Amino acid sequence: MKNNKITLACVGLVGLAVSGIAGAVDARARFMAANCSYCHGPDGKSHGAIPSLAGLEPGYFVKQMKAFQDGSRPATVMKKHANGYTDAEFEAMAKYFAAIK
Amino acid sequence: MALNRRDFLKTSFGAAGIAATAGLAGCATAQIGSSGPKVVVVGAGFGGATFARYLKMWAPNANVTLIEPNAKFVSCPFSNTVLAGINTMDDITLPYDNLKKIVDNFVPDTVTAIDTTKQTVTTAGGHTFAYDKLVLAGGIELMYDKVQGYDAEAQKTVMHAWKAGPQTATLRKQLEAMPDGGTFVMSVPMAPYRCPPGPYERACMVASYFKRAKPRSKIIILDGNPDIASKKGLFVAAWTKHFGYGTADSMIDFRGNNQPRAVDVKMMMVSTEFDDVKGDVINVVPPMRAAKVCGVAGVRDGSNGNWCTIDYRTFESKVVKNVHILGDSALTNFPKSGSVANNTGKMCAYALSEQFAGRQFDPSPVVTNTCYSGTGMGTAFHVATVFRWDETKQSMVPPKDANGVSAEESETEWAYMESWAKNVWADTLGLPQSYNFTAKG
Repeated sequence: MKNNKITLACVGLVGLAVSGIAGAVDARARFMAANCSYCHGPDGKSHGAIPSLAGLEPGYFVKQMKAFQDGSRPATVMKKHANGYTDAEFEAMAKYFAAIK
Repeated sequence: MALNRRDFLKTSFGAAGIAATAGLAGCATAQIGSSGPKVVVVGAGFGGATFARYLKMWAPNANVTLIEPNAKFVSCPFSNTVLAGINTMDDITLPYDNLKKIVDNFVPDTVTAIDTTKQTVTTAGGHTFAYDKLVLAGGIELMYDKVQGYDAEAQKTVMHAWKAGPQTATLRKQLEAMPDGGTFVMSVPMAPYRCPPGPYERACMVASYFKRAKPRSKIIILDGNPDIASKKGLFVAAWTKHFGYGTADSMIDFRGNNQPRAVDVKMMMVSTEFDDVKGDVINVVPPMRAAKVCGVAGVRDGSNGNWCTIDYRTFESKVVKNVHILGDSALTNFPKSGSVANNTGKMCAYALSEQFAGRQFDPSPVVTNTCYSGTGMGTAFHVATVFRWDETKQSMVPPKDANGVSAEESETEWAYMESWAKNVWADTLGLPQSYNFTAKG
């Protein structure tokens, strides 16, 4: 049982968010999204000039991250950040922020 | 129940409580609140406060005791703006009120002893707390004895201002009192030190004040490192653009390989191996190491016994089990920044909350640093890095093209820097969205 859990954790952490298993909390997505809050505010609700992320439509979030990556959206810090994540991680974070009211 | 747990704590830790608990000498102080694993956190700075707040979110059952001697949070990031006269101490001072409501026990006290075998922490106030997990987030300890003459008497005149607080306020007053045409001598310690770009930002901020208020004044930077240790191109460009750097009339005189060896307060002089430098205001940041509490716990194992090595996935000490080290005390690939302390606080909270739940935590964690430096002239610039676990290297390293600095200083980034400060303060301390920040960018 324990081994099964570890295997699931290793291969499917991001997948959990995407597949939406009932009641499962995607702890990895939650942790990755929490990393954004030192600049974008707790739960993605920002004070000041940095944009908020809370409630963004998930397709928009992913599209922006990819645009930062390929340089089609000009950025100060975000190109470096976008280069550090996978597409699956963009999806997981997008879903997390979209769910915040 | 007549008392809620915080009222009970006020009683047990207050004046009345001392008499009541005096008969229990040697017994552990009761840790009121949640019945889950006992987690004791030492230090409510960017690392410890963030960790405590997120652990209570992700593992509400954990019993979190947070021990912090200061009554309020004073931010090191943005403290150079106080030296520039842009903000006051009040603007960078924030309350612990919200954090106190989040943790099970908030203890205003100082740790004096740690028994890592019995897993207990004892405070100056005479309380002993048992722990399953101990998290040390005490920042840095300054080693005055590495600079000859930097004794208690000299410390009344020579500020380091490398821990924001009364030192910052005094240094600002000294700069205000300095006559136009005076010399400000400041030092940069050898890497690794807290806030790599901080000293060079300090030079910018003080220069911006001098340019406005006392333009004939000079700044001499005595750097223990051979060259500018962080964001070199951007700082040189800013000094050149705003303060005449590179000309005979430069306000800033940078001297590398000049580690202060001695201070003489009567002469108002700093001595390095090469120079004896006199100043009207002297600001020497002595060499530093992991916080005193890390020495108490016996976890300073790295870099000649100065810093603490950790496992990147859990932040557990490599030498003492169940002791985790956050923020500036840890010896890692990360810069010693407030952003890293905040984010690695979450990383540790995530790993421990998954452990407590009996789940495997992330085998490949990702964490980021974004660090702004202001010029004092309405502009700022950044360094930004993503760190990802690399199984082959057994380390956290930046993926391709996920690390870099600004192309140039900009007003946009000054606005982002102000926004970053408010957001990281809110994120660290659990301040509400309605909180009325007064700091100005």
